[in-house]
Amino acid sequence: MAGMPSVLPDGAPVPADGALPPHALDGAAERPLGFYLHVPYCATRCGYCDFNTYTAAELRGSGGALASRENYAETLAEEIRLARKVLGDDPRPVSTIFVGGGTPTLLPAADLVRMVGAVREEFGLAADAEVTTEANPESVTPRSLAELREGGFNRVSFGMQSARRHVLRVLDRTHTPGRPERCVAEARAAGFEHVNLDLIYGTPGESDDDWRASLDAALGAGPDHVSAYALIVEEGTGLARRIRRGEVAPTDDDVHADRYLLAEERLSAAGLRWYEVSNWAATEAARCRHNELYWRGGDWWGAGPGAHSHVGGVRWWNVKHPGAYAQALAESRSPGAGRELLSAEDRRVERILLELRLADGCPLDLLAPAGLRAAERAVADGLLLPEPYGRGRAVLTLRGRLLADAVVRDLVD
Amino acid sequence: MPATPTHVPEPSRTDPALIRNFCIIAHIDHGKSTLADRMLQLTGVVEQRQMRAQYLDRMDIERERGITIKSQAVRLPWAPSAGEGRDTTHVLNMIDTPGHVDFTYEVSRSLAACEGCILLVDAAQGIEAQTLANLYLAMENELTIIPVLNKIDLPAAQPEKFAAELAHLIGCDPADVLKVSAKTGEGVAELLDKVVAEVPPPVGNADAPARAMIFDSVYDAYRGVVTYVKVVDGALARRERIRMMSTGATHELLEIGVSSPEMSSSDGLGVGEVGYLITGVKDVRQSKVGDTVTLYSKGATEPLGGYKDPKPMVFSGLYPLDGSDYPELREALDKLQLNDAALVYEPETSAALGFGFRVGFLGLLHLDVIRERLEREFGLGLIATAPNVIYRVVMEDGTEYQVTNPSEFPTGKIAEVHEPVVRATLLAPSEFIGAIMELCQTRRGTLLGMDYLSEDRVELRYTLPLAEIVFDFFDALKSKTRGYASLDYEPTGEQAADLVKVDILLHGDKVDAFSAITHKEKAYAYGVRLVAKLRELIPRQNFEVPIQAAIGSRVIARETVRAIRKDVLAKCYGGDISRKRKLLEKQKEGKKRMKMVGNVEVPQEAFIAVLSSDAAPGDGKAKK
Repeated sequence: MAGMPSVLPDGAPVPADGALPPHALDGAAERPLGFYLHVPYCATRCGYCDFNTYTAAELRGSGGALASRENYAETLAEEIRLARKVLGDDPRPVSTIFVGGGTPTLLPAADLVRMVGAVREEFGLAADAEVTTEANPESVTPRSLAELREGGFNRVSFGMQSARRHVLRVLDRTHTPGRPERCVAEARAAGFEHVNLDLIYGTPGESDDDWRASLDAALGAGPDHVSAYALIVEEGTGLARRIRRGEVAPTDDDVHADRYLLAEERLSAAGLRWYEVSNWAATEAARCRHNELYWRGGDWWGAGPGAHSHVGGVRWWNVKHPGAYAQALAESRSPGAGRELLSAEDRRVERILLELRLADGCPLDLLAPAGLRAAERAVADGLLLPEPYGRGRAVLTLRGRLLADAVVRDLVD
Repeated sequence: MPATPTHVPEPSRTDPALIRNFCIIAHIDHGKSTLADRMLQLTGVVEQRQMRAQYLDRMDIERERGITIKSQAVRLPWAPSAGEGRDTTHVLNMIDTPGHVDFTYEVSRSLAACEGCILLVDAAQGIEAQTLANLYLAMENELTIIPVLNKIDLPAAQPEKFAAELAHLIGCDPADVLKVSAKTGEGVAELLDKVVAEVPPPVGNADAPARAMIFDSVYDAYRGVVTYVKVVDGALARRERIRMMSTGATHELLEIGVSSPEMSSSDGLGVGEVGYLITGVKDVRQSKVGDTVTLYSKGATEPLGGYKDPKPMVFSGLYPLDGSDYPELREALDKLQLNDAALVYEPETSAALGFGFRVGFLGLLHLDVIRERLEREFGLGLIATAPNVIYRVVMEDGTEYQVTNPSEFPTGKIAEVHEPVVRATLLAPSEFIGAIMELCQTRRGTLLGMDYLSEDRVELRYTLPLAEIVFDFFDALKSKTRGYASLDYEPTGEQAADLVKVDILLHGDKVDAFSAITHKEKAYAYGVRLVAKLRELIPRQNFEVPIQAAIGSRVIARETVRAIRKDVLAKCYGGDISRKRKLLEKQKEGKKRMKMVGNVEVPQEAFIAVLSSDAAPGDGKAKK
């Protein structure tokens, strides 16, 4: 689920061999390299989800290439081999792998292990590599978890979303309350050191008490990481249609704000500290290093339909449809659908908008004079913390976290 | 149809006894232009195939709105087929008059150039207030009135009823009212015959020093200013040096001639003749309507009477939507002014709207026309502040201020505030008397009198503050009377009134563009309405924004825009980054269209919405 929005940006074409401009690998040794592996399959489609995922088990490309759940791991391995060619003699071992979806655990654990194996084979894994998979509470068992752990996964992220049945129903989630908490225990038993629970707040019909109950249930299970997201009603989803038809009421932004404050209160009371706007971790080691790589301008290769990649200021994204994706790889072409080469200014703006979301904040020397003046005002307005500001960093206050996009708009001036 | 006239008298050699100078007084849509077209055809000056509808109206906007803004004069040869002067070719000068309330002065000068007028009334609608006002003007000028009902071909025509109404108004026999159809041409020849028979020829002294009255002045991109005159005494000839009596400026007559209807040069113009002059001046303000033209040497010493400087009555701040268009706006106003002596403007700065101009207009239509031309012909996007009138503010220490912009309203001890008033004439079917009285009452009107024009049509006369009608009085009147009422007004002076300035404050900062001068009793309603409207229009900011209406330091209304508490997208992962950066770029663009008032970002749309007339201080309730 941490993957990609369904709407791809406009961009320049990607060369058929996927070649990067030569400068993209300049200074690469200084940056971590990660892999995002996308699994575009789900058992059912959730009403709020706009990710690139399909419920059909088999999809064909125009040239007849078959993308099925059965051969998916092999298809993905093709792209990992392509990545090896494109990155050439880049000597970096891979420091993080994140398998997302879709529902990765809809595939047999062995397939997920095989996908990680392909990365290991082509690139090698760093000794302390973080290898995460997303998992749905209803599609794992103690056995499959053990299999994943043995196959090299050391972090698992469960989509819990809510502890309330009526909230899960609005979200079209099929698991029963209580199941995600048991998953945490099963994962611990299987030997997973790091376990995350994903929560969603602000679902239509959710009350403050429902949300409090969800937070408490999650914390009771003892994960070392929690992600809590305000529900975003994306255009084109079933939920957006239901809201438009008046079947469910949209959630007010002020309610979102209250729920966020409640999350911060409960999670920090339980010893989890925020390190990104929507992410809390028990220790520094419990942070999701793969996501940090996104936020700190690291390089990653996103493999799979619709997956996004970034290497040295080049962002590109794959074709969305699994059939078209398989077709490209069957013809030894890059599945890249488009890309953009970031200018120095683009990269500066991206750094501000990404790093400002982190508890470490962004360095003030990224700001232009107008942005600095705005930062000063933001300190005065209680949106940035004065103490880190004195040390040359823009770090959001709690209120500032809720207004991060507004602060970014002023700081990039 | 009569034969093409023979022995057509030439300009400068025309016996005044054969000249008939006349105009047509009519309401918008009553068919004046169509009648003029028919006359052009009947007299043979425009051939059938060249004929285009409403030949004389030149500007697109005039044609579209069916109104005439600039008048012209056309020389028509006509030999009547009956009566005295039968078969003798006469010269008919048809002088077109502007058709709207704002241009009363121009109308009066056009009328002054005539000895007679055709009162043209739609046989299905009857006379309208505007026409009535112009009829009274014509009667004051002692013009011979020829009453005519038009559109008698319409099924809804009630010629008997309206003939009686006209007869009652001008004191003639209903049988004397001519019935024509400008559309089919029926009765038009008879009408021309009647003009020859009834309109007296001009009388002047051919041997006296030349005196010609300017009744119109038009800027032409190729020829400079074309000045339309009627020679009252003496004669003008080409190449002579002339003098404008109001300014003393002298010019050489590069060209003199008549329109028939295209301009055609002649040797000169004699007593009673109507024609045009070209001197090479580039600006109509150097050739003012109502001024007297004489010769440089041996010129007249006494000008003809009736000249007035055009005086703007209504003011509005015009600001470019895009601040960088300011130079274009200045250029456009400069160009429009070449052809519009009544248009005045000076640069103005608004803290909220940036650089713009305070522009003075004769009235609301004038404002509308200018604004529309700026937008259409010059492609400018504009914000116009609510129109206001000139206030004369007398302080307790005796100093006086002329206030044309509410933000200049003085602070301190004010003894009296004076506002312009008008005498308004309203015509409507009698069933609407109550509605009209109610409207005028809420607009601080004083009833002067009421007369029945016929059994079911009534004329109401009111004194009204001009400020009360410059906003949406006309719209309110139309909606309360289902479009049947018509309005005319003329300035009659000023009155002291209990007026106050209402300021609007955003987060404690005064928004100059929203300040308004209003009657004390309406200040509260205005304040409440405006702050409520702004509350809807101003997006939530990072901090709470109080919106207040205040008179001086006294707050009379308050609303609050709650602080926005959440402005952050929860998720930001690998695939979201490009999208997020692009969204940010888009939001930055949106931010550029915001105007900063202090620390508050106000969308431009909010200014436009608030400044649109339904929020204006004169009105008690919103439109529609």
